[in-house]
Amino acid sequence: MSRSIFRAAGGHGVLRRSVLGLALAAGVAFVAPQAYAAAKTSVTIGMAIEPTGLDPTIAAPVAIGQVTWQNIFEGLTTVDETGKVQPQLAESWDISPDGKTYTFKLRKGVTFHNGVAFDSAVAKFAIDRARGADSVNPQKRYYSSIESVETPDASTLVLKLKQPTGSLLYWLGWPSSVMVEPKSADDNKTTPIGTGPFKFVSWAKGAKVDLAKNPDYWNKSADVKLDKAEFRFINDAQAQAAALTAGDVDAFPEFGAPELVDSFKGSDKLATVIGNTELKVVAGMNNSRKPFSDKRVRQALMMAVDRAMVVEGAWSGLGTPIGSHYTPNDPGYKDLTGVFPHDVEKAKALLGEAGYPNGFSFTIKAPQMAYAQRTSQILQAMFAEIGVTMNIETTEFPAKWVSDVFKGGNYDMTIVAHAEAMDIDIYARDPYYFNYKNPAFNEVMAKVEASSDPAEQAKLYGEAQTILANDVPALFLFVMPKLGIWDKKLKGLWENEPIPSNVLTKVHWEE
Amino acid sequence: MISILSRRIASLIVTLIVVSLLIFVVMDLLPGDPAAVMLGTSATPETLAALRSQMGLDQPLAFRYLAWLFGVLHGDLGQSYTYGVPVAGLIGERLSVTLPLALMAVVLSIVIAVPLGVAAARRHNGIVDFVAGLFSYLSIAVPAFWVGLLLIIGFSTKLGLMPAGGFPGWDAGLWAGFKALIMPAVALALSQAGVLTRVARTSVLEVMSEDFVRTARAKGLSDRAAIWGHALPNALIPVVTMIGLQFTFLIAGAVLVENVFNLPGLGRLAYQALSQRDVVVMQDVVLFFSAMVIIMNFLVDLAYLAIDPRLRAAG
Repeated sequence: MSRSIFRAAGGHGVLRRSVLGLALAAGVAFVAPQAYAAAKTSVTIGMAIEPTGLDPTIAAPVAIGQVTWQNIFEGLTTVDETGKVQPQLAESWDISPDGKTYTFKLRKGVTFHNGVAFDSAVAKFAIDRARGADSVNPQKRYYSSIESVETPDASTLVLKLKQPTGSLLYWLGWPSSVMVEPKSADDNKTTPIGTGPFKFVSWAKGAKVDLAKNPDYWNKSADVKLDKAEFRFINDAQAQAAALTAGDVDAFPEFGAPELVDSFKGSDKLATVIGNTELKVVAGMNNSRKPFSDKRVRQALMMAVDRAMVVEGAWSGLGTPIGSHYTPNDPGYKDLTGVFPHDVEKAKALLGEAGYPNGFSFTIKAPQMAYAQRTSQILQAMFAEIGVTMNIETTEFPAKWVSDVFKGGNYDMTIVAHAEAMDIDIYARDPYYFNYKNPAFNEVMAKVEASSDPAEQAKLYGEAQTILANDVPALFLFVMPKLGIWDKKLKGLWENEPIPSNVLTKVHWEE
Repeated sequence: MISILSRRIASLIVTLIVVSLLIFVVMDLLPGDPAAVMLGTSATPETLAALRSQMGLDQPLAFRYLAWLFGVLHGDLGQSYTYGVPVAGLIGERLSVTLPLALMAVVLSIVIAVPLGVAAARRHNGIVDFVAGLFSYLSIAVPAFWVGLLLIIGFSTKLGLMPAGGFPGWDAGLWAGFKALIMPAVALALSQAGVLTRVARTSVLEVMSEDFVRTARAKGLSDRAAIWGHALPNALIPVVTMIGLQFTFLIAGAVLVENVFNLPGLGRLAYQALSQRDVVVMQDVVLFFSAMVIIMNFLVDLAYLAIDPRLRAAG
């Protein structure tokens, strides 16, 4: 059989050539995809929300940092995957014994993507820009303790503080504290220029942001594997799932719909990686308004809540119950869910003690997001069990919520996921929408700032968490999970999120 | 004829100006301070004041309106708060997606609906009419975004034939752009075709019972010739109206479909601008939509004049 074919082929030149050609083509086709796969150096990361501008130093939305932080922009310090402060553009630092002078040794040989060198003058510019009178930096208060910025030489930066600020190094690692240089700063909103491992390429508004490897990146030891990265914005959860399944997107580090996560389990192509975020879902109460001004009422409401049930019903069982405004990612985390565990009888008794034996009724201003609506409905049922009637009023987030609740303080109860990392100090801020006032708590927060010893700070954060767990200025419900779904061959994405980000430095493909 | 035209154009301009004022005032009444939205939950009063003055929000309403109107008349639609780029460019980019999408959907719905409507009218009360009726009801009842989801599940997730969503941009090639738009266009067209089928059927039925068609048939013309040659041109007026209305509806109403297919179209821009309180973008997009509706109506009026000589005489 094979002989006759061979002979036939031998008899006809054209046929022989085409058989040869076919064999060659087949060989190439066989080899080519493997060669391609081994060399894969690009990634498409899906995000639910498109950033509004690309400058994290002038606007708050988390999505800005999730595209630019550590990829395009870097800071004097940085926050690593475990939430710890690490040196970055500042190679080392010295803190004076009184905690009021920080002397940074800056890294040499660092240039911005436009070729401008990074030195102490640039660092001074960036910090003064963030703390200046016209600054619209979303974390402007981080720099309020800085009295002056000095530059004794090109690689030394000195910050003189009005009072010790123990969180300063951590805050300088934040997206809002990244280093920008004078020439390009004003245009960072649309064409960000930083010192990071990736350069900004283009932004197709409404669709994607493209980045490319920075060949002149100062940190050679980082060994960046990706040549290209694309952030694609897909808002609809069904569309996110379709894009993952169809392979249009390699990863969704924060997939939007917990109820669809199960549909990826058992996939031979996609891995489901569930971690913790910094998103604390809490039902804040107006502590200055009756009956929430009575601690016993707040405690009773807390005891009416079965947190496990909330997580189950609102977020498909994915998420970690919390007993205070703190996440397992944070230093000094304590599990305080046992302080006021679910106990309907005790809750009723406490309500009676506070003078509400027959309960009361109030309104929750719940944003339109799925977690807020579902959680509110579950809370409504739980409160009903202790005789408390809660009406749900949907309040558009962010626009109406910010003006009504956050700025206006016009609410009984509300529910929102607080996205900022380590923001337990919001309970010490005055004014802040909880209207919670507790000198003892403020004192602990002041001590945290007075100390720059991490162990001491962790201990103090423990005290702060305990005070909140007992005082219940807000109902502490759960930490949102980081629902990571990505190609099994893709490695190096962060599993947890001690700070909202999509750090690409270590991302690579593995065969 | 000239006087009709100039009167229509004058009323067009007055309408547009009144609409622009309305849009501006309504947007201003919307709850939510754009500066506060941008700063988020860590805003301090000083930062807020600084940003408000940078955004020009501390100027009086009348001043801001006139500045906006003056800009729009000079082709300057202002800057988007959130993107930090000129709005005109943004709308242009989005139109390069939404316009072809709407056009494809309109063409598809005409291709489906007109023959189906005519066939239903000819075999009126027959099986074709019944099937056409069923199709109409179903397609009107089933939302376009749901059809879109089914298409994605079928052709993208299961069969892997089509992209699941997104838009590669026209520079990726005509075919790539077309492929990204065809499923959303089908989803939009199906729900439009239902309405259009009914309009076409009713309209043809009405015209068929009129004297001139009976005369044509009496002269010995075949059914087919009587319908395509005499009845249909006269039945076109309501169909053209409907298409005009649908086109504006398609442009404005593609929000859900654009979301399902993750298309960076005008509908999504409007939606996003609203939730971010990007007031400048909102004003411009709504003005654009309104202008489209007003101008479409104007064009439909002109089409009437072209189709029906009696209207010209009456004017």
